[in-house]
Amino acid sequence: MKKMGIKMLQNKDKIFNNIFGFQSNKLSYALKRGDWDKTKKILSLDHDVIIEKIKNSGLRGRGGAGFSTGLKWSFMPKTLGERPHYLVVNADESEPGTCKDRDIIRHEPHKLIEGCLIASYAMRAHKCYIYIRGEFANEAKILQSAIDEAYENKLIGKNACKSGWDFDLYLHRGAGAYICGEETALLESLEGKKGQPRLKPPFPAGVGLYGCPTTVNNVESIAVVPTILRRGEYWFSKLGKDNNTGTKLFCISGHVNKPCNVEEEMGIPLRELIEKHAGGVVGSWDNLLAIIPGGSSTPMLPKQTCDTITMDFDSLKNAGTGLGTAGVIVMNKTTDIVEAIVRLAFFYKHESCGQCTPCREGTGWMWRLLKKIASKDASPKDIDNLLELTKQVEGHTICALGDAAAWPIQGLFKNFRDEIEMGLKLKKIAAE
Amino acid sequence: MKKKQLKDDNYKLSNIDQVKVNEILDKYPSNRKASAVIPLLHYVQKKSDGWLPVPELERVAEILDMPYMKVYEVASFYTMFNLKPVGQKLLQLCHTTPCWLRGSDQIEKSIFDTLKIKNGETTHDNMFTLMKVECLGACVNAPILQINDDYYEDLDYKTTKELLNKIKTKKTIKPGSVIGRKSSEPYEENGNKNVTK
Repeated sequence: MKKMGIKMLQNKDKIFNNIFGFQSNKLSYALKRGDWDKTKKILSLDHDVIIEKIKNSGLRGRGGAGFSTGLKWSFMPKTLGERPHYLVVNADESEPGTCKDRDIIRHEPHKLIEGCLIASYAMRAHKCYIYIRGEFANEAKILQSAIDEAYENKLIGKNACKSGWDFDLYLHRGAGAYICGEETALLESLEGKKGQPRLKPPFPAGVGLYGCPTTVNNVESIAVVPTILRRGEYWFSKLGKDNNTGTKLFCISGHVNKPCNVEEEMGIPLRELIEKHAGGVVGSWDNLLAIIPGGSSTPMLPKQTCDTITMDFDSLKNAGTGLGTAGVIVMNKTTDIVEAIVRLAFFYKHESCGQCTPCREGTGWMWRLLKKIASKDASPKDIDNLLELTKQVEGHTICALGDAAAWPIQGLFKNFRDEIEMGLKLKKIAAE
Repeated sequence: MKKKQLKDDNYKLSNIDQVKVNEILDKYPSNRKASAVIPLLHYVQKKSDGWLPVPELERVAEILDMPYMKVYEVASFYTMFNLKPVGQKLLQLCHTTPCWLRGSDQIEKSIFDTLKIKNGETTHDNMFTLMKVECLGACVNAPILQINDDYYEDLDYKTTKELLNKIKTKKTIKPGSVIGRKSSEPYEENGNKNVTK
C-alpha cells in the first residue's frame, strides 16, 4: 500500500493493544500490557505539569468536537476551594456509526480507570463519575468489576497508587437517551433529572455537577492519557499530522466487506483506511456512492471527495464536514440515499429532548418532509422548504442536536440534489 | 390519567434488597439522593418483570425523598423504562442507518415470520415483545438485536430465526456475534449476506 503515501500505524505505536478482546480484560493481563506502570511517578508531577504535557501532546477531544483536551482541563480552578471538583467521563456512546468506547470499556477497562485517576488528579478532583449508556448493561458489569479490582489492589481509593491522592470512581448507568451524550444534559441526568441541556455559560468548569467545577471528557480521550504520559507527549504529537496528532479509533460500518473497529494514525487517507482494514467497499471502490465520515451528525462526502480526503479534524472541516467521533458509515451504489437520511432524521426526531421549540418541532417536520421526498411524492419546492427549515433549526437551539439534525440533510442535497429532483420528475411523468 | 389506569390495589410490591439499595445510594453525596433515581429505577424494573407500575414509582419516590411527579418524569423521559408490561424477552431491534444498511429490515421480517409480532406488540404467550429502537452503539457488528440485556450481532434472516426458535424451545443461546466473531475485529467470514453488490 506504499503507493498511497502514508505508512500504516505500527503495532508498537498502538495504544489499545487489546481492543478486540483477544486477551483477558482482567487486571493481571492489563498489567502485562503496561497499564498501571509507574502511575505513582506520574502522580508525583504537579497538577499543572500534567495539564501542560497533555496540551503539548496535541490531544484533541475524541468525543466529536475536537477541542484540545489539555486546554479544557486548564479551565478548571487552580485551587481546590469549598466546592469539590468533579471529572465526569462520557461513556454515553450513542452516535449512529460509533462503537469505539464500547470496546475500550469491555476490553481495556483499566486504561480508562487509570486515565480517570490521572485526569482527576490533574484537575484536582477527588471524585469521578463514569456515565455509561444504559443499553451497555454487560459492558457496565465488566467495567464495575474492573473498578472493584482496582479498589482491591489499592490502585484507586484512599491514597491511590500510594501517591497520597484520594480518589473515588463511580459508575453510573443511563437509561437510553442520546441527548445525554451532550455534556450538560449528561450532568442533568446524573443529578437525577430529565436529560435536557443547560444554557452555557456558565460552563461546567465553573458550574457543573451539583454546581461544582466539572469537566466532562469522552472515554477515548481519557483512556489514552496514561499512555501519552508514559511514552511522552512528543511521541504522541509526532504521530498523525500537525494540529491533528496521535492515533484514533475508527469504526467502519455499512457497505464494507469487513466492518470493524481499528486504531490508526490521524490523517490516514479514507480510502486506505477502508481498503486496508475493512476489506474494501462491497462491490469495489468504484461502487462507492457516499460516506458519512464521523458519525451521523456529520454531512456526507460524495465519492470524488472520498478518493483523496484524509481522516483528521482539519481536512474534514475544510471539506465541509467533520471528523466527529470517526464513525465511518459507508454506502455503496445500491443505497437509497434519501432513505438513509430519512432514518437519521427519524433518529433525531426521536432523540430530541423537547426543550427548544425549533428542534422539537423542526426535527419532526424535517423527517416528514424528507419522507415525502423519499416516497417521490414531492415537488422541488418541498426540497427548498426542507432546506429553509434546516436553516431555521440550525443554530437556534440550546445544544447542538438541532445542528446535528440539520447537517445530514443539508449534506444530502448539497451532493445529490440533481439526482433526487430527477427522481421526482420521473415519478411525475410516470404518473401522468 | 396514567396513574388511574395503572393503579391496582391488589398490586404486590416486588422484593427489593435494602443492601443493594444502599449500595446504589452510597455512590452519591447524601444530600444528592435524587442522583440515584435512574440506577434505582433500573434495579426496580428488573425486579418487577421488566416494567414499572405506579406503586413501584411511588416507592422509588419515597426512598429518594422526591416528588412522585419527578420520578414519573424521569421514568417517562428515558426509553429504557417501560411504563407498560412487556414480554419475558424484550427484543430491541436497531433500525438506524448503519444497521439498516446491513439489512435490519430482514431481521424485522424474520421476527415477524417467526413470532408474528410487529413493532410494539407482544406474543400471546407473553414471551416476546418487539420494540424498534434507535442506534444501539455496536454499528460495526450490525445488524443488532438486543434481547433483554444481551446483544446479538452480525445477524441475518436465517440466524435470527434460529435464535428465536432456540429461545422458544428453551435452548441456551450465546450472546455476541452469531457468526463466530470475537468482537469488532475485521472478520473473514463476514460475507455480505444482507448486502447486494
